[in-house]
Amino acid sequence: MNGVNGGLRQSMAWLHTWAGLLVGWLLLAIFATGTSAYFQDEITRWMQPEITGQRQITLASERALDWLQKNQPGADSWSITLPGPRAIASTVYWKPAGETRRSLRDHTITLDGNGEPVVSRATIGGFFLYRMHFDLHYMPVLWARWIVGFCAMFMLVAIISGVITHKKIFADFFTLRFGKGQRSWLDAHNLSAVLALPFHAMITFTGLVTLQSLYMPWGMTVAYPTVAAYSADAYGSEAPPVRSGNAAPVAPIAEMIRQARAAWGGAEPGYIDIAFPGDANGIVRMFRGGGDGMAARAKTLQFDAATGHMHPVPAAKGAASETESVMVGLHAGRYAPYLLRWLYFLCSLAGTVMVATGLILWTAKRRVQLPDPERPHIGFRLVERLNIASVAGLPLAFACHFLANRLLPLRMDGRPDWEVHAFFIAWGGSLVLACLLSPRRGWLALLAASTAAFAAIPVVDALTTDRWLVPSLLHGDWVFAGFDLTMIALAGALGFATWKVYKRPTVVVRRKRAATREVSA
Amino acid sequence: MARRKAAGIQSTRVLEITSRAVAAVFGGYAMAALVASAFARWLPVARVEAVITGMLSSFAVYATVVILAFAMRSATRVWLWLAAFGLPLAGALAWSMHGSAA
Repeated sequence: MNGVNGGLRQSMAWLHTWAGLLVGWLLLAIFATGTSAYFQDEITRWMQPEITGQRQITLASERALDWLQKNQPGADSWSITLPGPRAIASTVYWKPAGETRRSLRDHTITLDGNGEPVVSRATIGGFFLYRMHFDLHYMPVLWARWIVGFCAMFMLVAIISGVITHKKIFADFFTLRFGKGQRSWLDAHNLSAVLALPFHAMITFTGLVTLQSLYMPWGMTVAYPTVAAYSADAYGSEAPPVRSGNAAPVAPIAEMIRQARAAWGGAEPGYIDIAFPGDANGIVRMFRGGGDGMAARAKTLQFDAATGHMHPVPAAKGAASETESVMVGLHAGRYAPYLLRWLYFLCSLAGTVMVATGLILWTAKRRVQLPDPERPHIGFRLVERLNIASVAGLPLAFACHFLANRLLPLRMDGRPDWEVHAFFIAWGGSLVLACLLSPRRGWLALLAASTAAFAAIPVVDALTTDRWLVPSLLHGDWVFAGFDLTMIALAGALGFATWKVYKRPTVVVRRKRAATREVSA
Repeated sequence: MARRKAAGIQSTRVLEITSRAVAAVFGGYAMAALVASAFARWLPVARVEAVITGMLSSFAVYATVVILAFAMRSATRVWLWLAAFGLPLAGALAWSMHGSAA
């Protein structure tokens, strides 16, 4: 079969190259933020060093309701986001009567492990990196999700075409030749891709599945009169309650949690929501937390708020619904205990490296074929600069985001927003620098800056909090110690990269034949 | 003369690639949407299940069309295959929707 670029393998290599390049830079950011989001809860804890204590679901729910009863008795709804297995703090929201959902963001308090309201530094926590992974930033969520979905589809195509391109996929497990220029980049790209190939394929496909009703709503529209009718059928939503006007206090929540645990085989609630608290028609909805099973789609139970009486348990899901739920669960990995979580993190990191090396390979392969390597054409220069800004600048953005959490004034207006701005200021600054400096200097400057910024995090942590590395190690506080140690490891890896670039000869003289020998990638 | 001929080949190639890309991105999405709808409409299981099965399969359909769009011998051939599968499916779906409404 002859395709776009000659034979099948050549055509797929062509497709792989261009599909990968077009979305590579954004894909790198999506992979990197997604990788970090596997430790979203730990990042949040590190970013809120004021919060201590243990995870206590029942106690936290009771204290939250006490607080709401005292301070927000007439609200339309109360809700509590309870800590997952790796978190401590609970977040309480309320919606005052007559206000829109939007106000929830402004009406919130945080409770520590003992259910006491805490004044922690205002921070976005690990939430930004998690949301950035699929909602990007500074743009409407809907656009962002379509853009990310488009990138994911390209990724899926790049994976399939990349596999078809390969002759010796098994040999790639064992091949990594250092110091051979383009050949080394190809080896690194193959190694990071092939070693974790099942993960990459799984994560890309399941990523599309997480937002499938947005991307592929057509089945719903042909099989149901309205999308709402589909949702009612799929998620079994009961009609929303109406306020009766008769007062009735909320029944003990601990008893409802006990019934929920029994119905879920021991799993804990992750989110509790009460419509019309204090009204005789009030309804408590309890959503299963993500940490107790692989299936991700929330299992919901409803109770009459006034009596604590549980509504009938929704029927078990069908095979397709359960498949979807497990796919989403596999993607988010909320069920994963620590060993598996680190494996997720490493595979996802391999994916990030795969995208980065793929981007670099594009230039490495073409540099030796340039008519005049000193003065490359505009397309080459553009790709090269974008590569520098994304591969070497993105780590700097992460580090500045974390540094901003420690360094911004504690009582600053819009502090969480500025933590996020710090990320984009650093990333944008990297792009400017990459455009101004020669490529070699750009790589060196940004890699060195990223190294320094990651190395600075444990130091700044020690200067600004008392939960820095040494006391955390002594107390066996592995979340805080682990965070700082990870920052040191990242600084080490980036420092190694800086050194490698520094040692690389400036003038590359290579015969053209050596470059054209490789067909793949 | 030779340059003009080279430019001609170049622009034919650009046209060919653009045509394949449009077939891949939009034709692929349309095929995926049609297959998702067909599953939702005709798979003999509960309606929710049929809809979700359709959605789950659609991404594999999309990826397959994209790969084929660049693997087939010519862009014309890609469009012909898309039409050969897509038009009857779209017709049948439209007919089934009308039929149930009447």
